Amino acid sequence: MNRMAAVPTLQERVTLPLLPLGVGLLGAAILAGLLLGPARIGADGLLAVLAHWLGAPLPPEHARDAAVIGVIRAPRVLLAALVGAGLGAAGATMQGLFRNPLADPALIGVSSGAALAAVAAIVLAGPAFGASAGLFGLWLLPIAAFIGGLGATLVMARLGRVGGAAPVATLLLAGVAVNALAGAITGLLIFMADDRQVRDITFWTLGSLAGARWQHLPVILLLVGLPSLLLCALARPLNALLLGESEAYHLGVSVEALKRSAILLAAISVAAGVAFTGLIGFVGLVVPHVVRLVFGTDHRIVLPGAALLGAALLVLADLAARSLASPAELPVGVITALIGAPFFLWLLRQSGSGNGA
Amino acid sequence: MIAARALTMRCGGRRLLDEVSLELQPGEVVAIIGPNGAGKSTLLRAMSGELRSEIGVVTLEGRPLAAWHPVDLARRRAVVSQNVALAFPITGRDVVGLGRLPWHATPQAARDVHAVEAALETVGATGIAAQRYATLSGGERQRIQIARALAQLDGAAHPAALLLDEPTASLDISHVGVILRLIRRLALQGAAVMVVLHDLNEVSFAADRVMVMAEGRCVAAGPPAAILRPRLLEAVYGIPFQRRGDALLPEFTTD
Repeated sequence: MNRMAAVPTLQERVTLPLLPLGVGLLGAAILAGLLLGPARIGADGLLAVLAHWLGAPLPPEHARDAAVIGVIRAPRVLLAALVGAGLGAAGATMQGLFRNPLADPALIGVSSGAALAAVAAIVLAGPAFGASAGLFGLWLLPIAAFIGGLGATLVMARLGRVGGAAPVATLLLAGVAVNALAGAITGLLIFMADDRQVRDITFWTLGSLAGARWQHLPVILLLVGLPSLLLCALARPLNALLLGESEAYHLGVSVEALKRSAILLAAISVAAGVAFTGLIGFVGLVVPHVVRLVFGTDHRIVLPGAALLGAALLVLADLAARSLASPAELPVGVITALIGAPFFLWLLRQSGSGNGA
Repeated sequence: MIAARALTMRCGGRRLLDEVSLELQPGEVVAIIGPNGAGKSTLLRAMSGELRSEIGVVTLEGRPLAAWHPVDLARRRAVVSQNVALAFPITGRDVVGLGRLPWHATPQAARDVHAVEAALETVGATGIAAQRYATLSGGERQRIQIARALAQLDGAAHPAALLLDEPTASLDISHVGVILRLIRRLALQGAAVMVVLHDLNEVSFAADRVMVMAEGRCVAAGPPAAILRPRLLEAVYGIPFQRRGDALLPEFTTD
């Protein structure tokens, strides 16, 4: 009984200061992301650079700091925060929509579709553009991955439709089929690839934020940030869906419209994020659980909470990725799993009964 | 208020409903009885708008259900289904609170807390409301779901409709009494109530009108006194019935 009482309920949400906590955590992560790394930058350096951005003259001793923060760290940290927020919000939405704690954005085909398109671009179009840098790496690969991810999700949503409705079980099976097909074609392309391409593909599928550029950020803000915000607006109907699809309809939710907007928004935000970073697993699956275990089931808390925590986690994971093996970089997907999995297991054991409804 | 006209529904060659018509009037309790698989729940789900039939139409206040926005429907009718299972852990009180969703961002939202507590009190579930829904017994869950429907209709400006699918199925005898009296009281206050029941004594206590279904068809309809007769029930259920005092009881025989 005591253990059950430890899980906060919809009623108790006001007593837990999620917003200041999440914003504070994200702020601390961003600060750490800007200050820490292979090149040491002090607080005075960061302040001088920020003041310089606001128009103050840059003291010459901080010229190197301005370059490190302005060119390398700031775009990386912002990219990580936005992509992490998108993965967290999309993951929370998928778990609520599919009423399944094991759901994550990969279920709707978006990751495998993006991977297929990225691999196809690397293997088929890459040689024509010489290397993975330049125009190809900056824009063509991300655009291909975005279209691939979104396309796979639309195919899945179309296949999952029976009559006018799309039953969740059918959607899940359609997602499994799309994932399998995309995986098979990806495998075929890898078979055709040369050694260098195979290496590029492998690192793409492990994720990296090293490609962050300022010119990407407006696109990311529009295609990752905005859909994540809109997902948070689906919290109330997703709460009704806790009771089941029929009950949600009885409570006034347009269930099919909810499914369409949730899947489309999640697919856009994940596809756009993955397009610039490669696959980053784990955040979408585990972050919503962590928020739920600490703050309860209410989607009005889980959605923004998962976005904030996902953002903070990915910023910190990227910090670890570029610091731990410096000057080499670890794939960030490896770090997210290395940090997240043990923490998640620890939380599960703490909470006792896990996710049984 | 809610009226079904000549509803026919098929699924995989089987007729779930075969030209069934039924009209729910404000202030009236209509009980639906019949053997398992007779189409009672299908009819209830069609009357709620959840299932759409290819043939026939269900109207609310004269307009087809399909023409209503789900939120406007939800402010006029509530449904208590059988066996609602949750995806993630929340408490009984939270489940009841979800009943207030249709009133979000309306003046009625000011009543949310009061509506939830009053509904819990009505079904005698205040004491279990803080427990997780999944840890409650079948009967306790059923009372929570009924409270959720009550909270949903709290503050409805129009005469409301309440559709209940076997609400007494897993209740103990004292709570059966609570729920049946509640159903009667709601009807007295002007609600239209449709309730699927199995126990014939519950039917004769609670219902103004009974519809007997078998194999997707309406076999008989009318006031309980006219319908609950041994000969008619024997034809529908295929077992003998007899009267004992006021009660009409099936005669179970050993082989």
